Amino acid sequence: MLDNENAFVAFDRVQKSYDGETLVVKDLNLAMPKGEFLTMLGPSGSGKTTCLMMLAGFETATHGDITLDGISINNIPPHKRGIGMVFQNYALFPHMTVAENLSFPLEVRKMGKSEREEKVKRALDMVQMGSFAGRRPAQLSGGQQQRIALARALVFEPELVLMDEPLGALDKQLRETLQFEITNLAHDLGITTVYVTHDQTEALTMSDRVAVFDDGRIQQLAPPDELYEKPQNSFVAQFIGENNTLEGVVQEIQGETCIVKLDSGDIIDAVPVNVSAVGDRTKVSIRPERVEFKRDRLHADAHTLKAEVLEFIYMGDIFRTRLRVAGTDEFVIKTRNAPDQARLKPGEMIEIGWLPQDCRALDA
Amino acid sequence: MKTTLKLMATTCLTLTATMAVADGHMANEMTIVSWGGAYSASQDNAYHQPYIAQSGISIINDESASEAVAKLRAMNEAGNITWDLVDVEAADAIRLCDEGLAMEVDVDEVLAAAPDGTSATDDFGGALVSDCFIPQIVFSTTFGYRTDMVPEGVEPPSGACDVFDLETYPGKRALNRNPIANMEWALLCDGVAYEDVYDMLETDEGQAQAFAKLDTIKDQTIWWTAGAETPQLLADGEIFMGSTYNGRLFSLIAEQGQPVGMAWDWQMFDLDGWVIPTGLSEDRLARTLDYVYFATDTQRLADQAAYISYGPTRQSSAPLVGKHATLGIDMAPHMPTEPSNAENTFYNNYLWWADYRDDLDAKFQAWLAQ
Amino acid sequence: MLAADGRPLKASLNRALRRQKIRALFLIAPLLIFILVSFVMPIFDMLLRSVENQIVGNTLPRTVVALQDWDENADTAPDEVVFAALYTDIALAAEYKTHTRLGSRLNYEMTGISSLFRKTGRAVGRFETDVYTEAFQAADPAYADPAQWAGWMQDDNIRAALPQTTNTYDAWAQMIVEEENDIPAEEEPWDFVYTALYADAAGGAALPISVDLSAIEPVSLQASFAEIDEDWIDPDVWQTIKAFSPSYTDGYFLNAVDLLRGADGVEQRPENERLYIGQFINTFVMSLSIMGMCVLLGYPIAWLLANLPARSANLLMILVLLPFWTSLLVRTSAWKVLLQQQGVINDLLVWMRIIADDGRLTMINNQTGTIIAMTHILLPFMILPLYSVMKTIPPSYLRAAKSLGATDWTAFWRVYFPQSVPGIGAGCILVFILSIGYYITPELVGGTKGVFISNRIAFHISSSLNWGLAAALGTILLTVVMVLYWMYDKIVGIDNVKLGG
Repeated sequence: MLDNENAFVAFDRVQKSYDGETLVVKDLNLAMPKGEFLTMLGPSGSGKTTCLMMLAGFETATHGDITLDGISINNIPPHKRGIGMVFQNYALFPHMTVAENLSFPLEVRKMGKSEREEKVKRALDMVQMGSFAGRRPAQLSGGQQQRIALARALVFEPELVLMDEPLGALDKQLRETLQFEITNLAHDLGITTVYVTHDQTEALTMSDRVAVFDDGRIQQLAPPDELYEKPQNSFVAQFIGENNTLEGVVQEIQGETCIVKLDSGDIIDAVPVNVSAVGDRTKVSIRPERVEFKRDRLHADAHTLKAEVLEFIYMGDIFRTRLRVAGTDEFVIKTRNAPDQARLKPGEMIEIGWLPQDCRALDA
Repeated sequence: MKTTLKLMATTCLTLTATMAVADGHMANEMTIVSWGGAYSASQDNAYHQPYIAQSGISIINDESASEAVAKLRAMNEAGNITWDLVDVEAADAIRLCDEGLAMEVDVDEVLAAAPDGTSATDDFGGALVSDCFIPQIVFSTTFGYRTDMVPEGVEPPSGACDVFDLETYPGKRALNRNPIANMEWALLCDGVAYEDVYDMLETDEGQAQAFAKLDTIKDQTIWWTAGAETPQLLADGEIFMGSTYNGRLFSLIAEQGQPVGMAWDWQMFDLDGWVIPTGLSEDRLARTLDYVYFATDTQRLADQAAYISYGPTRQSSAPLVGKHATLGIDMAPHMPTEPSNAENTFYNNYLWWADYRDDLDAKFQAWLAQ
Repeated sequence: MLAADGRPLKASLNRALRRQKIRALFLIAPLLIFILVSFVMPIFDMLLRSVENQIVGNTLPRTVVALQDWDENADTAPDEVVFAALYTDIALAAEYKTHTRLGSRLNYEMTGISSLFRKTGRAVGRFETDVYTEAFQAADPAYADPAQWAGWMQDDNIRAALPQTTNTYDAWAQMIVEEENDIPAEEEPWDFVYTALYADAAGGAALPISVDLSAIEPVSLQASFAEIDEDWIDPDVWQTIKAFSPSYTDGYFLNAVDLLRGADGVEQRPENERLYIGQFINTFVMSLSIMGMCVLLGYPIAWLLANLPARSANLLMILVLLPFWTSLLVRTSAWKVLLQQQGVINDLLVWMRIIADDGRLTMINNQTGTIIAMTHILLPFMILPLYSVMKTIPPSYLRAAKSLGATDWTAFWRVYFPQSVPGIGAGCILVFILSIGYYITPELVGGTKGVFISNRIAFHISSSLNWGLAAALGTILLTVVMVLYWMYDKIVGIDNVKLGG
């Protein structure tokens, strides 16, 4: 684990309150190495944008220290921080042409004209917008504007770039293309990036690490695969991807496994993640695609549950089947649309099971 | 579509109806236009109330006499005269008469004779300055000064010429923002004989002389447009002395008790009276004439002087002037016509001004703007 | 293209839209009519009034015709023919009481004409032309018989033989009907009709009943007029009458720009009468200063309004709108109390020993007073458009600029300010146009130097009654505003002006 001393960006016990009564950000600690692409993910109001704004210098921390390359930046005004930023609505200056927009950060840095022109050209080429230099932002499409905003944030070669939901206003296809382009650019240029989004797919596909925010705290900070497969608590499990939750009480803990007695009376195996003692209430989390219902694929000594098929939805690449399991009607399984895949019918009674390590007993 | 048509028709009907009501004069009322304030109140007490009690006709007071000339012209062009009787200054009466907007009246036929049988013409005498003018009061434009601002050991100012004496009486002055009275005073106080003033003013040299005299106090002068301004400026201590209508000064001194004195010398005599708009229907004219006969008789004119310090224009009314209706003080000493006040008076030559007003006004305003 | 029923598609579309258009027209009709009646027509009327001059031709129709033969460059008064025409015209005008109105009109051009006409109107009935009447009536009693006159004047041969008499008699008869409510055939014609008859006869016309004219001593009308007032034989008076006899005149406009039509064409007025150009310049300079003050004071307020949290912004907005809820007169009078020499501000400055008691500032009854009071009154008109434009500028622009390395000032000046320019434009146009026509506030606090051209217009409307000059001044003001508007459109572009959204 990186400590704050040699991190490029670090939040050290940062708190933020707007009204002096409630904390929007509670005790935030975060350390980023140089070159990392970190995403702050969370529902609205979780404090992620506030963190970004504190980093950019548009909000001041109520308590705690933010350091950039080892230097505290709490008292440095935004324009001296040298941080590039891409805004939600692009914030391209409407009264300037694309080239003037890009030239602006260079001008305020008192750069010479020829150097400016060269850098602007390079930045535009970088986002494949070289032929749009003379246009006004209003004459560009959303995706084009986003590219320009990106180029503008990068043109003065900052070491840190902040992006505040930059793709929020674009349609799905364009978003996916741009996600790819942004990550590539960031990695190619070796820039440290803090990216804010509420879209988990975006977070998972783009980031080196994801910080999941809720209630003013980082709930989990981990690479995408770990986040998905090993959620540390039930919020993360619920928030990232689709998830089945079963509630019950811990009956027995044996090292890496535990036995949970569900409220319906059924017994299942699980990995104890943040349950500590027998008798703790727990929410057990199983990913829909990890559920098996074919007898031959079930683990021999694993516990199984009886299930009734309620609904079968054809979704193209996958089938989504809703089941009644252990008293809940919202249990979902996903199966790949393969030639040999069975299509379950509503009313059918089946038996389901999973590998014990796929079933995580989390906090209630 | 039908609804729209209906709506439009209704609107039109409503408009027409409103216009009809505005046009139609109630059979039993008349609109009398005057200046408002204490002056209208004095007319209400002395004329309107007794007349209403006697005739049962109701009187609507309109206080737009200051715009009477323009409004009468507009009404005349629109062919819709809504006023029955208008109180104007003599100069405006002449103007209205020239424009054909006021009706010519045969004074002896329309107005009452004096109680002793003197004809109205003789009773009013020189006050009949226009064929359309039915005189009412004599007032004067004269000077008031702050008694507490008179320099020590100096006699208080006595009249118009003291306004030009900045050495003896330093301080700001207030004068009317038009040439009338100011030009006459300037020449008179520059040594021109009273009877030569208007002849001099006809010449370029005379005008230049008057402006030169006014130049000496120009930067110390606030120029007023409404008669209420000078009393206010005096009350605020903004000016040392200023010209205004004598009735205004009377109420400032006698009613409000301000430390203000009167400087009567060379007060500018002026007349105010009624004119009847031309184009009244026969019944409205008959009603108006009936009111005018009542309101301008000897007793009524004397009665008005109990409420305001303006003198009656009938000679026969003068002896009847008594005490102030509420303050109980003798009114005679406050009248512009009182002999001790009227030692030197300036009679405004309305007919001369009718000719020269536009010309001198342009020059006066150009002079002010320099 | 054809529609389903075989008609051309365009025609079908037009038909379908026409109904909608007519409906829409009906809906806006009340407003359209209202604007037409209350706005367009008065402006048209004003334009007309500024050049209209029919009064001379209507009041002195015969004189105007007779004057055509008079050489205005000659240094002599017109001949007897003109005076004969004038005699008839004035005699009739005196009955209609229009001669005084004409006198007032011509007095604008030449001082003294007003009293000349008034005097003449009174005296014209006392001319010694009754010698003609008596001579004709003595020669034959038929000349005294109204019915006989009426009969003659219906005989086409006699009418053709006696053109002047016919013309005069007809006008007289019309006047008798209109003004006296009498029947011409029962009234003995007046002296001026006999004068015209004599003139016809002296010119050799055959009379209905011949009369020996040699016994009549002719009356010189020129001398009669000269006897009323010497001015009647002054060529200047006649030049004025002739110069202003056409139905339309540029006289008012010339006057409005300090020019006059002298003997050698258009020339500048004497220096002591030049007034209006100076007033126009004064009006523009002051309106521009007020506009500038409004921008300076209004911009920060509008910025606060647009950027404060809703609660405080609403409170501030109420404060901004507060002036609208107070009477204009009250506000102006309040400024008087504040600004006058014994007023609150001077008292405060003296108390704080910033100025000496005898060095109190003059802040009212001059341009300062007008600019201060009007800036206060017009400030909301600057703040509101500015605010509505600033409200649409997202705060992220400023943040973006700062994140790109701009200081607060650069971010404001390069990024925020250019985007608020449309609001400044709208506010400036609004404030400038409103202030250029303002009347009541300058009248109360402007003294002599701080008044606008509108105060002169008001003076000519309500005091001097020179409505033609007022209309000309108003027309010039309107034109100048439209030219400025056009220039603004050319330079800034009117679609760059935003009042909101």
